[in-house]
Amino acid sequence: MTNILIMWPFVRLGLTDVWRHKTRSLLTMLGVVFGVASVIAMLAVGEGASQQALDSIKRLGSQNIMVTSEKPTAEEGGNVNAVQSKLAIYGLLYDDEARIRDIPGVELTVPARMVRRNTRFGERQLELRVVETIPAWFDVVQRPVLRGRVLTQNDLDMHANVCVLTENGVRRLLAAEEMNDQRIRIGAGMFEVIGVVKNEDGGSIRAPDSEADVYIPMTTGKKLFGDANMRPTASGMEGERVELGQIIVRMNSVEVVEKGSKAIEFMLARFHKKKDYRIDVPLTLLREAERTKRTFNIVLGAIAGISLLVGGIGIMNIMLASVTERTKEIGIRRAIGARRSRIVIQFLINTCVLSLGGGLVGLLLGMAIPFIITWSTGMVTVVQSYSLALAFGISAAVGIVFGLYPAMRAASLDPIEALRHE
Amino acid sequence: MSGTRQSGHPQANEVVRLDNVKRHYLVGDEIVRALDGVSFSIRRGSYWAIMGPSGSGKSTMLNILGCLDRPSEGAYWLNGVNVAEMEDNQLSDHRLRNLGFIFQSFHLIPELTVRENIEVPMLYLGMPHSERTRKAKELADRVGMSHRLRHLPSELSGGQRQRVAVARALANDPAVLLADEPTGNLDSATSVQIMALFQELYEQGKTVIVVTHEHDIAQYAKRSIILRDGCIASMHGEDT
Repeated sequence: MTNILIMWPFVRLGLTDVWRHKTRSLLTMLGVVFGVASVIAMLAVGEGASQQALDSIKRLGSQNIMVTSEKPTAEEGGNVNAVQSKLAIYGLLYDDEARIRDIPGVELTVPARMVRRNTRFGERQLELRVVETIPAWFDVVQRPVLRGRVLTQNDLDMHANVCVLTENGVRRLLAAEEMNDQRIRIGAGMFEVIGVVKNEDGGSIRAPDSEADVYIPMTTGKKLFGDANMRPTASGMEGERVELGQIIVRMNSVEVVEKGSKAIEFMLARFHKKKDYRIDVPLTLLREAERTKRTFNIVLGAIAGISLLVGGIGIMNIMLASVTERTKEIGIRRAIGARRSRIVIQFLINTCVLSLGGGLVGLLLGMAIPFIITWSTGMVTVVQSYSLALAFGISAAVGIVFGLYPAMRAASLDPIEALRHE
Repeated sequence: MSGTRQSGHPQANEVVRLDNVKRHYLVGDEIVRALDGVSFSIRRGSYWAIMGPSGSGKSTMLNILGCLDRPSEGAYWLNGVNVAEMEDNQLSDHRLRNLGFIFQSFHLIPELTVRENIEVPMLYLGMPHSERTRKAKELADRVGMSHRLRHLPSELSGGQRQRVAVARALANDPAVLLADEPTGNLDSATSVQIMALFQELYEQGKTVIVVTHEHDIAQYAKRSIILRDGCIASMHGEDT
């Protein structure tokens, strides 16, 4: 306590000195201000982006493995199933799903087909993105229910002509009114709307159904439309035959996810002549995203480090000038009986006032910038408390490190010489 | 150092004692003997003047007496401790506790008010705030400056500044007041006032040493030493 009281006059001296040279102090602080502000702002933007990515990956489920049908590349596709009829046959098979279910550690498999189909609602006719799937889909991929209900096992068993719309689908049908119990025509069948679910909101990595408009029971879809999907083109009909567009595999624990995905890959490679599928493991994506984030943080750290270094050199420069300017005062203080360490402390306090002042302004600026970014671009930013502490800590460290040399120089002055200085 | 002559401890009433003090500088290849074997002692409560033309070793003597410099050879006892053997921090502490400096050009710190300037030594002594304030006021009163406590040195006349400097020099209750040409920057009327202040302090029992080249100023002292070429040329006056 007494120490603080003894230090206070020196702190005040530092403050008045900074105040006396307002312009100079301000310019000196700028380096630290921008250094600190950029650390906080960049970390906030980076954190926002990566949190968004991580969130969307997490929504896909870290226990899940996504297996998706993919049209093989031209040469590969050319020598296989491209028969004269222009019917491309590729993708995952019903048998694949059964085989995956036999792999140890697999808890659940959820098949789905994603097809664009002509839809009609009242006078409005348009193409909707239809997902044919089973009720478990809604367990694996979270879709909050807004109204009504989602598909049930009973719908599946009964081959019921029911559908669940997404908010997106509702919007595209231009249906402002209550959609429940309304009927829409999908392809050749009439479907009763039993519920509305929320769409996925933004994010760089999306669930397979992120753009879907409507869900129908898989059994109903197969009965009505079969496996082939023909579409008219300029040169006649063109189509593709895909049994399953997607299989979401849920493993019974996170630990077996990697092993499970290896097993699925091995099995599919055996049964598919060409690579007409893709395996995505959210867990791997998650790890990659985390790695990317680390790299990003290192880059940010380097940039911030450089700007703070520049700020620190600025402070050192000014402090050296200040030492020269105050040589006589140093001489007086030394003659009165101040130890060298007291002179060091006095100058260190002075630089710390500059760097902490700069740090404080930088802190406010750094918190304002992400706010402005979010407000003007809609980007998600997250200002983390640790980044505030970090930036402020660094600015204090800059003050001490770069203040030390001028302070030592001040203290090493010979009092006799210093007193003679004009 | 082989040349260092160890000498007896000073007597209790000797606040300053120099035994064969030498101070040599190396300038280029040449050794300059700024002080070449000076011995004398000053009793507590006496009033001395140290005189001499420029180049006589007066400044060197001042620096050594003020513990800003150490003798190359010999012993300098200030308040019972041999300064010649001290390292920098001890020397600083010794100045802080035993010396009150008064300079020709006042050497007040321009950013600090009168009160703050007087408080500087007390600050380094670690005195609590309330005591500092009280004592600063008391000292300002003693030199007749209590009405200017909140002023900056630049707002004061030369004589006023020197009064503040005297108050500051008294702030640590020093064993010795050491004044270097204290009236060198003052007109004669103000000089008389400052010298009267010194006289007053002497009468209150302070030990005062004035280093000067002006005979008029030296007249105020009870004893004087005249230096020439680094040695004592003559000593005058009676020890009181």
